[in-house]
Amino acid sequence: MAMTMTEKILARGAGRESVSPGDLVLAKVDFAMGHDLTIPPAGRIMREQMGAEKIWDPDRVAVTQDHFQPAKDAASATLGRLTREFSHDMGIKWYFEVGQGGICHTVLPENGLVLPGELVVGADSHSCTYGALNNFATGIGSTDLACVFALGELWFRVPETLKFVYHNRLREWVEAKDLILYVIGQIGVDGARSKAMEHVGEALKHIDMEARLTITNMAIEAGAKNGILEFDEVTRQYLEGRAKRPYTPVTSDPDATYEKVFEFDAEKVELGVAKPMSPDNYAPLSEVAGTRLDQVFIGSCTNSRITDLRRAAAVLDGHKVAPGVRLIITPSSHQVAIQAEKEGLIRVFLAAGAAWTTATCGACLGGHMGVLGEGEVCLSTTNRNFPGRMGHPKAMVYLSNPAVAAASAVTGVISHPGEVLKKMPAGIA
Amino acid sequence: MTAPQVIRGRTWKFGANIDTDQIIPAKYAIYSLDEKELGKHAMEGVPGREGWAAKVTPGDILVADSNFGCGSSREIAPIAIRGAGISLVIADSYARIFFRNAINMGYPILQSPQAAEGVTEGDDLEVDLEAGIVRNFTRGDEYPCEPFPSFMNELIHMGGLVPWVRKRLQERRQLPGRR
Repeated sequence: MAMTMTEKILARGAGRESVSPGDLVLAKVDFAMGHDLTIPPAGRIMREQMGAEKIWDPDRVAVTQDHFQPAKDAASATLGRLTREFSHDMGIKWYFEVGQGGICHTVLPENGLVLPGELVVGADSHSCTYGALNNFATGIGSTDLACVFALGELWFRVPETLKFVYHNRLREWVEAKDLILYVIGQIGVDGARSKAMEHVGEALKHIDMEARLTITNMAIEAGAKNGILEFDEVTRQYLEGRAKRPYTPVTSDPDATYEKVFEFDAEKVELGVAKPMSPDNYAPLSEVAGTRLDQVFIGSCTNSRITDLRRAAAVLDGHKVAPGVRLIITPSSHQVAIQAEKEGLIRVFLAAGAAWTTATCGACLGGHMGVLGEGEVCLSTTNRNFPGRMGHPKAMVYLSNPAVAAASAVTGVISHPGEVLKKMPAGIA
Repeated sequence: MTAPQVIRGRTWKFGANIDTDQIIPAKYAIYSLDEKELGKHAMEGVPGREGWAAKVTPGDILVADSNFGCGSSREIAPIAIRGAGISLVIADSYARIFFRNAINMGYPILQSPQAAEGVTEGDDLEVDLEAGIVRNFTRGDEYPCEPFPSFMNELIHMGGLVPWVRKRLQERRQLPGRR
């Protein structure tokens, strides 16, 4: 029977010849992830309530200290300690301490821990990020994670697949972030609810792996179960010397069934933002240009990998953050920070008057290091701008790509990066 | 432990796309292991609903429009609602992780576009979980609920994923040589 990539991975996990949308399957998990907010409850449920003593396979689990770490207060220090102790007790192989890991969704791909053809779950909604590497990856809760820890398997409803085809290429300045914000604006925050988003087409061939991770990262913002891309030369090269296990890529059959096919001309996609208070509140940049800002945040699992920081630095180089505005830059992993240091990017950020922080989720979820107050306006490279996401429910958050964020920090209002930098240098664009 | 089969309560009505950061703002995630404390702050992030949890009478029912619980995977979202004293959630539709989390917790959750449309805040509802029927005594109306697939029903009847895993672990222990 013809199947999509998502269906094939779930069928293999369930040990079945084939599956169809709507089937409920019990499937084996290849890799699982949790962090400082989700490991403490998962660990307690697994040991105290389920009565399991050990993890099904400690080599196939990663744990990061990223959400409220380095501890923002005494209560988060307790969550950090419980996370640390559980990881140690269970012998979890891929435990990333403060100062050595960073945000889970950057750390797992950069360490080659989530691979093509695999079934991956993470106790964090943005676990769908990994699908850019041609796997089925989805966010789960803490009870789910406890089940996976105890048994190595979990129940899934096989999703219907929506296919997104991107023709042609993105124009100058336009990034993967603009593309996915545009798509979410078209289909809405529940436009792919509980479904698989399969992204294909010419435009993706010219988009590097880090930017592809931005696209799948935001599948959840359309309500999707997972986002998935095809395996190609870009995937193969990214995984070379990185993949921790052998892997088998998966392809959709030509006659697979899609619930719906959406076609987009990538060349027509403009620079854009999501306006407050929802990720689907899309507007072309021109509509919001000139909006006054209190804070600019470059960070998160969506847009703070090294390529994102390179573009931000190219824009900021030789400029100063506008008076009355603060720019906070949070790399998404320790490895990203090391690389940024090597390339001299941190010097550029500091000279511009930006606050450079350790790798953490930080301000993205209103945790620490950049929480917004009542009525404040922020331009952020993150993924969500529902009321209260970054702090006060009456704070206004706009979402954009990192070059737009950097340029807007310089001008103090939402701005086109071309106003600050003539052209993105070759090799960075 | 299984949930009671007929639940009666007063209704609180919420709109569409209420995300998990509105249900329980992330700053309260430091209370991840304390249901009562989480309950005190439930729905606090919904504009205009500050102090909502203090007004809930244990047993009240929460009714919402589409895509309820979108956003984060934090299980503290349904936990906070339960902690506030809400006996049951009915929505036009749910975001998938919120839905999973509720089912896994054995927390009663129903999908009924008709109820989401017909119910107004304060209505007196009676919900027959077994039959999947919502009766609105205030309006003299009745709404059907979408049936769950049998595996989900099994989970709900068992009281959630915890007893299901316990049973499965036990079965494995009785089969030596197989893990």
